[in-house]
Amino acid sequence: MAVDMNMSILVVDDYKTMLRILRNLLRRLNFSNIAEASDGAAALQKLRKSPCGLIISDWNMEPMTGIQLLREVRGDAKLKSIPFIMITAESKSENIIAAKEAGVSNYIVKPFNAETLKSKMVSVIGDF
Amino acid sequence: MLADRVDAALRQPLEELESKHGDTVRTADIAEVVESMMATLKDDVSGADVAICAELESLARYIQQAKIEIAYRRPDQVKEQYLPAAAVQLDAIVEATAEVPHTIMDATETIESVMENSDGENSRKPMDATTRIYEARGFQDITGQRITKVVKTLQEIEERIDALVAAFGSEIEKVKAERPETEAKEEKKDSDEDLIHGPQLAEDAKSQAEVDALLAGFD
Repeated sequence: MAVDMNMSILVVDDYKTMLRILRNLLRRLNFSNIAEASDGAAALQKLRKSPCGLIISDWNMEPMTGIQLLREVRGDAKLKSIPFIMITAESKSENIIAAKEAGVSNYIVKPFNAETLKSKMVSVIGDF
Repeated sequence: MLADRVDAALRQPLEELESKHGDTVRTADIAEVVESMMATLKDDVSGADVAICAELESLARYIQQAKIEIAYRRPDQVKEQYLPAAAVQLDAIVEATAEVPHTIMDATETIESVMENSDGENSRKPMDATTRIYEARGFQDITGQRITKVVKTLQEIEERIDALVAAFGSEIEKVKAERPETEAKEEKKDSDEDLIHGPQLAEDAKSQAEVDALLAGFD
């Protein structure tokens, strides 16, 4: 099934520059419907108002981290099926295992490039 | 009388000696009393006790020496001077790294918005270049997280030094009193090494205009 290029993507990061980087890279990949949140709690609030087609989230945020957001999303009947990509500098095995156990769809280690972002998105939502 | 000045346990044999010999006492009799006294002591302080006391005394001397040596290292200076200086430098890094990326991103987005309205190879290459810029900016986030870790480590060190200063406070005060030169730096001509302490923090740095004015003052 073809990917809906107009689907909403929620990008979650507490570092404003990273939000801009992701927004711009996603625009280069022809996705323009992009929402932003600066931590897990704000993201959850947005998601409960208006679910999206893909979540791309940082791990290390306060007060709610990316892994907590992931668990909340997977525990919410309305949100649990949304693909979730973690983009983080936390690259220890225990982090990856914890994210997988919490139901992460894919995992990108910072710093990353546009090619990696695209390939992980393709593996999660299909080719575009 | 001698018997009046000694322990009750020894009084009886001494009184017996005095009553028998007066002030003239035979060496053998003295030895007998001393042996009796030693036997009494053995009940109270064994050889092992004496050895432990000696060890404890040696340990106390070692601890005291260690306290003095630590005090001479002036842990209070680490807390009061070096750690705050490091924290200020890190704050400056965080501030600078927070501002500069936005300027770069603004410029990059401007280029991108112009190129979006162009077609062909002349447009594609600059667009690819802007993508490379976005990718490269990603390192900034990692740098911020690393600095945060360093700040946390410094806070941990500060807490431990606090405890050290509290424990060695009196020794440190003694050292400060003995070596006041460490409190007030002696006035001396800067060596080449002393002159290398940049980059300056914004509030400490001279502007180009100030540098020009300073140089002009030599004319």
